[in-house]
Amino acid sequence: MRPKLELLDRALVERILGEAFQLLENPGVRVAPYVFELLASAGARVENGVAHIPEELARKALASAPHEFYLYDRSGRPAVHYGGDDVHFDPGSSCLNILDWETQQPRPAQSADLIRLVQVAEKLPQYAAQSTAVVCNDVPQEMGDWYRLLLVLWYSEKPVVTGAFSGPSLRTMIDLLVEESGSPKALQHRPRAVFDVCPSPPLNWSEFASHNIVDLARAGVPAEIVSMPLAGATAPVTLAGAVVQHAAECLSGITIHQLARPGAPIVWGGAPAIFDMRAGTPPMGAIETAMLDVACSQVGKSLELPTHGYLVASDAKVLDAQAGMESGISAVLGALAGINMISGAGMLDFLACHSLEKLVLDAEAIASAQRLIEGIEPRTESLAVSMFVEAGLHGDFLKVKQTRALFRSEQHFPSSVIERGGPATEWAPKEILGRIRARIEEQVSGYQRPVIQTDRENAVVQFAEHQARKAGLDALPGLTAAAPLQ
Amino acid sequence: MSQESLSAMRQSVIDGAPETAAELARRAVADGIAPLEAINGGYVPGMQAVGEQFAKGQMFLPDMMASAEAMRAAMAVLDPELKTLGGERPVAGTVVLGTTKGDIHEIGKSLVGTLLSAHGFRVYDLGVDVSGEKFAAKALELGADIVGVSALLTTTMRNQKTVIEALEKHGLRCKVKVMVGGAPVTRRWAEEIGADGYAKDAMSAVELARNLMTQRTQLTSAGGSR
Repeated sequence: MRPKLELLDRALVERILGEAFQLLENPGVRVAPYVFELLASAGARVENGVAHIPEELARKALASAPHEFYLYDRSGRPAVHYGGDDVHFDPGSSCLNILDWETQQPRPAQSADLIRLVQVAEKLPQYAAQSTAVVCNDVPQEMGDWYRLLLVLWYSEKPVVTGAFSGPSLRTMIDLLVEESGSPKALQHRPRAVFDVCPSPPLNWSEFASHNIVDLARAGVPAEIVSMPLAGATAPVTLAGAVVQHAAECLSGITIHQLARPGAPIVWGGAPAIFDMRAGTPPMGAIETAMLDVACSQVGKSLELPTHGYLVASDAKVLDAQAGMESGISAVLGALAGINMISGAGMLDFLACHSLEKLVLDAEAIASAQRLIEGIEPRTESLAVSMFVEAGLHGDFLKVKQTRALFRSEQHFPSSVIERGGPATEWAPKEILGRIRARIEEQVSGYQRPVIQTDRENAVVQFAEHQARKAGLDALPGLTAAAPLQ
Repeated sequence: MSQESLSAMRQSVIDGAPETAAELARRAVADGIAPLEAINGGYVPGMQAVGEQFAKGQMFLPDMMASAEAMRAAMAVLDPELKTLGGERPVAGTVVLGTTKGDIHEIGKSLVGTLLSAHGFRVYDLGVDVSGEKFAAKALELGADIVGVSALLTTTMRNQKTVIEALEKHGLRCKVKVMVGGAPVTRRWAEEIGADGYAKDAMSAVELARNLMTQRTQLTSAGGSR
């Protein structure tokens, strides 16, 4: 039996969807001029920048949205299945800061930091996908979006969760993926990346979010709606009310997306949070934030849509007990909820800071969560009796044949990051940061950059060089920084 | 004015009861009480008590917003009366607020604006997605003491620097203090872009604004520029 967590009963899911459809009609959803005609011609009333979307239109969009799709790795193999109760994790994305290796203080992230994060995540099987984890402060801002993607594509074999902060950036990122895939058709057929697209709470598809969701649909590249209601600040204070708003934002996004291209892959995703009424912050490690993710995902699942959530993040400022506690709890809850893609690992301080060390520690929590959802299986015909026949009342189960045959499938073996040695009476235990760093060094020393066909790599480099020159950069930091481009 | 009346005014702010606060203000005006006495003896101590309780974790942001609303309701009655009598409430400072270009998030900035108003600042809220040029133009028009720039996104946070550049371009930087805030903003970032201060939350923003005004006054008295 696969253990499963649901926080809403069927009737409450129906009420949530019922009110979400009501919100789409009234007060409606603020949208950008880019989608006025698309919505109006399909039957929505668009007045003063607000689209009033009839339930029938939204339901039509839901009917054409695919229930599942795959992301592919660099070699073209299906690697991440969005759909059903499959659970995958990826590092959090778009951090401006990184926790410095030496000082353990936040500082602006650089290309080298992103490369190191990618190399470590590449070696950790707990991460099914990479993310464009940090903003590289050593490249011009206007090329930041596509450059992050370039580095991840270059240093990883895995699929990528990414996103663009402007329309022109998105176009360049799609062009880059086309270069890597070989053709627009190849990209549609075997997409390696999914793009986060964020409505602004409450119920607002801004200029660039409207552009991005339409352009992704038309390019046939998977889009992941990341709705971010902040319960009590930019959304109703009740968790149920915030879930309604999340549903309305997702439903409106899916409507726009499917009108642009019926059948294009889309994800019911989000980064909902509560608003801390003392500090005025969005605590990503709060239990209610995790509850929102679980409930929002449940609503998406009731519509048979692929799902996404933002968990495994902490609001601690350094790698401390709070970081471990918050991230561990939400990794377990997200896995039990069967959320298809769970972003957020590695992140601290309200998603403002990434930590290589935390990424490694979170992988241990994720591995435990993954073990949990495998559940307890009756692996033997007799559950215990036959083993007692062999072990007798001496109880020497270590020698029983089935012990050796089955212990690997029954038990998860954490890495050396997790302390499982005997009592620390005669030796000095290495503290957690030391254990993590040893693990990172082990991972990085074993890392090898995956290669693809030379002509494809050349095409990617030429594309990047051309784009970089337009931004006034004569080298590609992290790729060709040592030798200026010819 | 009776201690009982002042106490009721103070309590109306603590309770976050705008109708009561306004009614007490109207009664004070009808009784010929000097508006400044009601403000300084009743309503302002109410806001101070709220600030203290918030700092102790006994009151929360929704309570504080309600208290600020009660304060605003009382001032809406007392300010016109004060003007009629030829006076004016001392203004703690003039602040131009807004969310930076490319960013449409306003919760943090609005919270700061509400609390600054409740603490005696004159606040002009430019809204969201505001360019550096707009900040500079409004600061020039109002003779602002402080410009407050909010940003929620890591990408739009960088535009806080363009506000400082615009103030420099228009020769205002020597006259206007700049404070920055928002989820991704840190003290280090504020220092890096040359802002005068960083506030981690709305209450700290009030404290920061007061400190910046003190610095400004001291420097002006000393003949300094910033």
